[in-house]
Amino acid sequence: MVSVLGADRVGIVAGIASVLARHNVNIVDISQTVVRDIFSMIMMVDISKADVDIGQLRKELEEEGRRLGVLVAVYHIDVFRYMQRV
Amino acid sequence: MRFEPGEIGEVLEMLLFRELDIRAVTLSVNTLPAIRPRAADLLSALEEVLEPYLRRLRPAVERVASRLGVRIVTVRLAVSPVSILLEPLGDRDAAVEVARHLDRLAEKYGVDMVGGFSAFVHMGVSRGDRALMEALAEALNSTVRVAGFLNVASTMTGVNLDAVKKAAELVLAMRPHAAARFAVTANLPEDVPFMPGAYHGLGLPDAVVNIAVSGPGVIEAVVRNLPEADVRTLHDAVKRAAFKITRLGELVGREVAKELGVPFGSVDLSVAPSPKVGDSVAAILEAMGLPRVGAPGTIFALALFTDAVKKGGAMAASTIGGLSGAFIPVSEDAVMARAAAEGSLTFDALKAMAAVCNTGIDMAGIPGDASPDAVAALMADVMALAVHLDKPLGVRLVPIPGAKPGDVYDLGGLYGSVSVIDVSRYSRIPLVARGGTAPPGVERLKKG
Repeated sequence: MVSVLGADRVGIVAGIASVLARHNVNIVDISQTVVRDIFSMIMMVDISKADVDIGQLRKELEEEGRRLGVLVAVYHIDVFRYMQRV
Repeated sequence: MRFEPGEIGEVLEMLLFRELDIRAVTLSVNTLPAIRPRAADLLSALEEVLEPYLRRLRPAVERVASRLGVRIVTVRLAVSPVSILLEPLGDRDAAVEVARHLDRLAEKYGVDMVGGFSAFVHMGVSRGDRALMEALAEALNSTVRVAGFLNVASTMTGVNLDAVKKAAELVLAMRPHAAARFAVTANLPEDVPFMPGAYHGLGLPDAVVNIAVSGPGVIEAVVRNLPEADVRTLHDAVKRAAFKITRLGELVGREVAKELGVPFGSVDLSVAPSPKVGDSVAAILEAMGLPRVGAPGTIFALALFTDAVKKGGAMAASTIGGLSGAFIPVSEDAVMARAAAEGSLTFDALKAMAAVCNTGIDMAGIPGDASPDAVAALMADVMALAVHLDKPLGVRLVPIPGAKPGDVYDLGGLYGSVSVIDVSRYSRIPLVARGGTAPPGVERLKKG
């Protein structure tokens, strides 16, 4: 699960998606909104065929986030499964 | 499995902005196979038993933290009560050496704390216990990661007042950083992941992983978002949040246990505070509607909170363990520390709060020249509460040399700033000198 939050600007989706594509990460689901100029995007991605592990992917996405001036956080889907489903 | 954006947003808010994290992964290891009749042999045997676990512990925790994206604040080790290792030796110098050896091992393998420099003396003192008690002050004064306790009371056997008295003397002989790693306890469970209560219980397998969660900030936000709610609605909202917090502990516990190849023990569902802003249990109570923690209404609010956390957490964990109540350390919680410094939180208030929490008096500063009688009597009061309410409680006091009530002393790190509280207007309390062991109460008889 990739979450991106920050001030809206051109190229956020492209920047994040290019990191994912570079490592063969498949985007399974994506939802994105802009409310009062705050950009928010949540992506479900599949890293089973990726060429990096989740730790390395997080590092690169966070770097890309810093370049774009947005907050990027990466969590395993199990965190949501455990906390939001009984 | 699909999630609504609101569900994802809620979890993200908790993890990113409300300081939700895992306070501790505590690996509990049976060190009784290291018992040897000679001190030097004991030290090397101890290392032999622990090394295979320690080598893998921190890397395993870091792999899980990285995979899930969840912060794990501390990695800890719990060992069998060191007093048992000392039974064949009965030697206080050997006890000090064991503490230093554990300290070195912890540092070498990146373990933040080691718990278990402890003895169970609630009905009397054995040869190994005596060696440990004689060594305790020096052992903790000369280490930085070792923690210990003396369990001086139990529902089944009563309160050992002689041991309480000895514990008070020991605390007053400790440096502030050492005293912060020592507690006098009653009814201590076998699977506590928190320090200084952690040790490897006699009923446990060779190794087991126990988890301590955090997350007061999450619950404070929930309470603040319900300014008009009645107490039952509030209780329900806290319960739901506690469920989610504890689930995170359950997930991390299962993953670390799998990674280490040892059984998963339990989650202590107490939401542990830290000195950071927005990570305070006292702030939850104030958000419920108290002008300051310690004001009238504090016990009501704390009881409501503790009950909701227990009921929410109980269903979230496959096994609940440790203290599983509410933690109200005076330092380690910025809002508690402020209330103590302002004088709204006294030892009388803390004793009353102990009746509805599971820690007792935790991390309270006392003047370095406090009367041993008064300190022992304060400890005895909390031990009596534990025995007659049939629950685990402890007392962790930090003597600050040259300090007077109202002073603040910075211990640094997770310990935060200790506020010094007045122990008593009476320095001589002859009751303590009577000594002996108070018999168990009727709670004991109920058990058969």
